[in-house]
Amino acid sequence: MNVTQRYRFIYKPLVFIASLLPLAWLLCGAFGWLGASLGADPVKKLEHECGKTALNFLLLTLAVSPVRALAGLPQLLRLRRMLGLFAFFYAALHFSIYLVLDLELNWRLLGADIAKRPYITIGFTALLLMLPLALTSTNGMMRRLGRRWQTLHRLVYVIAVLGVWHFYWQVKRDVREPLIYAGMLALLLGYRYARSRLGTPPRLTSTSGSATAPERT
Amino acid sequence: MTLREPRIAPSEITPPEVYFNRRTLIAGALASAASSLLPAAEPPAPAADALRYTANPRYSVSEQPNRLAEIAGYNNFYEFGTDKESPSATAHSLRTRPWSISVQGEAEVRGTFDLEDLLKGQALEERIYRFRCVEAWSLVVPWVGFPLSGLLARFKPTSSAKFVQFTTLYDPRQMPGQREAVLNWPYVEGLRMDEAMHPLTLMVVGLYGRVLPNQDGAPLRLIVPWKYGFKSIKSIVKIAFTPTQPRNSWNIAAPNEYGFYANVNPQVDHPRWSQATERRIGAPFLAARRPTLPFNGYAAEVASLYQGMDLRRNF
Repeated sequence: MNVTQRYRFIYKPLVFIASLLPLAWLLCGAFGWLGASLGADPVKKLEHECGKTALNFLLLTLAVSPVRALAGLPQLLRLRRMLGLFAFFYAALHFSIYLVLDLELNWRLLGADIAKRPYITIGFTALLLMLPLALTSTNGMMRRLGRRWQTLHRLVYVIAVLGVWHFYWQVKRDVREPLIYAGMLALLLGYRYARSRLGTPPRLTSTSGSATAPERT
Repeated sequence: MTLREPRIAPSEITPPEVYFNRRTLIAGALASAASSLLPAAEPPAPAADALRYTANPRYSVSEQPNRLAEIAGYNNFYEFGTDKESPSATAHSLRTRPWSISVQGEAEVRGTFDLEDLLKGQALEERIYRFRCVEAWSLVVPWVGFPLSGLLARFKPTSSAKFVQFTTLYDPRQMPGQREAVLNWPYVEGLRMDEAMHPLTLMVVGLYGRVLPNQDGAPLRLIVPWKYGFKSIKSIVKIAFTPTQPRNSWNIAAPNEYGFYANVNPQVDHPRWSQATERRIGAPFLAARRPTLPFNGYAAEVASLYQGMDLRRNF
């Protein structure tokens, strides 16, 4: 098996299955399987867990570039699209649970929340911004957009900042957990900033082609 | 979905198992006395913590009470962690006996009192109250307690006692959440004297006919049903009568978000979220959200306390 086959038949399916585990665990909780429980307020639990899982996948997606550079694993790029799409999947699930199970499809409340609650405004903005990225994640769109694809997908930095901010802002008092997310995001963005200031390390010049070229599988 | 008029939802009709459970609970006090007469073969329900009380239908709502597992498993009690599930997991470290209450300030009778002595001869009653958290969720809870007014009268507050301040125990060994500076410990709360003396204001020692679980504020907590839950301070060790309005913990933590009065008010939103509706914990799928009622449905009893006050400013 060459690298392409290993990714296609082993690593990618494994990552796909692993990425569904948070959802599987929540389903276990919802139906009381395997001793899992969602507690006294299952709706809030589902809502918060999906939101946090979306943030986890956003951070994982952003970690791909630094890890492949630092660990010398340029092939990791092949996993990034899937991680990004799972971030969108869990964010969309988070929003759907909020709209259907929490607000119970009360559109008036939804409108008021988005218009008047800054933390919901920025969370909703982050979700909307993810939409074009998800839609342009196909090989065909990457080819069609060419260089503009990369520019467009830099939106992920804005999305991640809005996402963590959304988390921080909705917490009543104990901001320790959102601060951990903010710290990790600062590290990931700081790495990029430092790299752009210090220039590309020599070792990466040889792989920079694959960093910008669309992933083909 | 549009907001519905309050009506009797299917969820509010008592299911048979709860009905029978209630009978068991009402019989709880008798059962504890009778258990010694029963043959040992059938172990009776542990009734050591059963309380003797009478139901007070006059001050009870007809809504379906939440299950004990919900009331005792979903708690905001930051002294035991900031997760809703932490208090039920960690509050066993609280020692509720012996327990003493210090009474201070503008009163003729001051000093430190043993809780057992304060409770001696105190008639307990069960009241089923709505409970509305500032976080926009709600419960219906069968508390067991007694009116605060009777207790306060025993201390003979003087004419300069305009407010009463309550303080929660401060002991990070028993309350591990206090090791984190999430709030300014110890937790403090206060009421205006007329609010404290109002017949709805309850001192609570029990839940579902039994001694209050630690995570719900044992051994003694306040319940002010027309105010957001954070006013109903738990595990009280100090009562002080003051001439001026005392500070309260959430107001100290975020004065623009939490006021002194904290009356449940669907018209006045929290700066970050709406208070117009609430979600009833344990309600059926897609039928949990309901309109929040002014003063949590107790407007007829308490609205007059705030006549002429701007409730938007005094939130």
